[in-house]
Amino acid sequence: MLVSMTVNGDQVSLDVEPRTLLVHYLRDHAGLTGTNIGCDTSSCGACTVHLDGEAVKSCTVLAVQADDREVTTIEGLADGDVLHPMQQAFHECHALQCGYCTPGMVMAAVSLLDEVPNPTEDDVREGLEGNLCRCTGYHNIVRAVLQAAGGEETRR
Amino acid sequence: MIPAAFDYVRAESAGHALELLAEHGDGAKLLAGGHSLIPLMKFRLAAPAVVVDIGRITDLSYVRDEGTHLAIGALTRHRDIETSDMVGSQAGLLAAATSKVGDPQVRHRGTIGGAIAHGDPASDIPAALLALRATMVVDGPDGQREVSSDDFFKGFLETAIGEQELLTEIRVPKVPDAGWSFQKFNRRAQDWAIVGAAVLVDNGSCGVGLVNMDSRPVRAAGVESAIAGGAGAADAAASAADGLEPPADLNAGVEYRQHLARVLTRRGLEEAGA
Repeated sequence: MLVSMTVNGDQVSLDVEPRTLLVHYLRDHAGLTGTNIGCDTSSCGACTVHLDGEAVKSCTVLAVQADDREVTTIEGLADGDVLHPMQQAFHECHALQCGYCTPGMVMAAVSLLDEVPNPTEDDVREGLEGNLCRCTGYHNIVRAVLQAAGGEETRR
Repeated sequence: MIPAAFDYVRAESAGHALELLAEHGDGAKLLAGGHSLIPLMKFRLAAPAVVVDIGRITDLSYVRDEGTHLAIGALTRHRDIETSDMVGSQAGLLAAATSKVGDPQVRHRGTIGGAIAHGDPASDIPAALLALRATMVVDGPDGQREVSSDDFFKGFLETAIGEQELLTEIRVPKVPDAGWSFQKFNRRAQDWAIVGAAVLVDNGSCGVGLVNMDSRPVRAAGVESAIAGGAGAADAAASAADGLEPPADLNAGVEYRQHLARVLTRRGLEEAGA
């Protein structure tokens, strides 16, 4: 069936099976491999993208559920060579090691700040409960999100 | 993991969904937010021939004040319930339980109706609805009927919703002055509860719903009657696991779950002001 959506501002129309998951639609059909597949069971958050501006786990959304909707992936955040403030904060705070969770972590963090613009550290930790990182111990990720929220004073 | 192949149809209204269910029979499955059904389909534990997508029926997404109760549309997302001022002030227990479901991504997609229609004893929301004495509204070919929360949860992943029926609304009594507590015990932040307790204390009476303490969401009736009879929180909570048959799995055995039920119920009763 034809499934059409706006991905990172571009109109995409692809003929896929109804059982196609959004993450496979993005990676295998639209060629956007920035979104990772981790656990594939909606636990780890590596596949987090925005659906109509809100973070969702694209391994647990059918592509057809995003039909006629707007999707943003990690590839859609930067403005040309200028990183999104959240990406810049992750870079500056060294909020990644292997980087596998990072696309989903960044997308979840951007969605979090949309809903809670001035979060406390607890807000950030709870807001990222759906994203697992096995390298960093989360500390620098939390710092990065607080920095992106404008809390420069929270930096050490 | 990819679900088994299925035919996809989109329902444009509640009435259309009922027509599609009648047309496709018991091979059809309703898809709301998909956060219970899609994982089952990926594991091939469910392989419906036809998926009827009700997720775009926007007029089943609402929270309304109906005087004595709140009417909540079955397709209202967890996110909209946890952030609803009306739910927070009139049925705070439901807002609290909802805020503990999964994680933000899950709550952006999952719906209250989808969660309870799934009938999972490990789900947080049924326990809150049992404690609150909610009523479910079910539409079917023969019209609309109301089902009390006590009669709604029939067994493991089994509810009172018939194959030709659609859950459309959840009615939650308004309890603005009640004390409440939602106790969820798990290992990782986003995990399912190993055991949970939803406690409501309102004017001397109380409601206690338990998560993951039987094959279906259940009330701790002994605790409720003990509180009504004047018992204190610690004494009442001692009977929290009585008569229940909790599952054993890698997170907890039966005895540990019974222990957790007593402890969490006591904490809940104390926090709720019993």
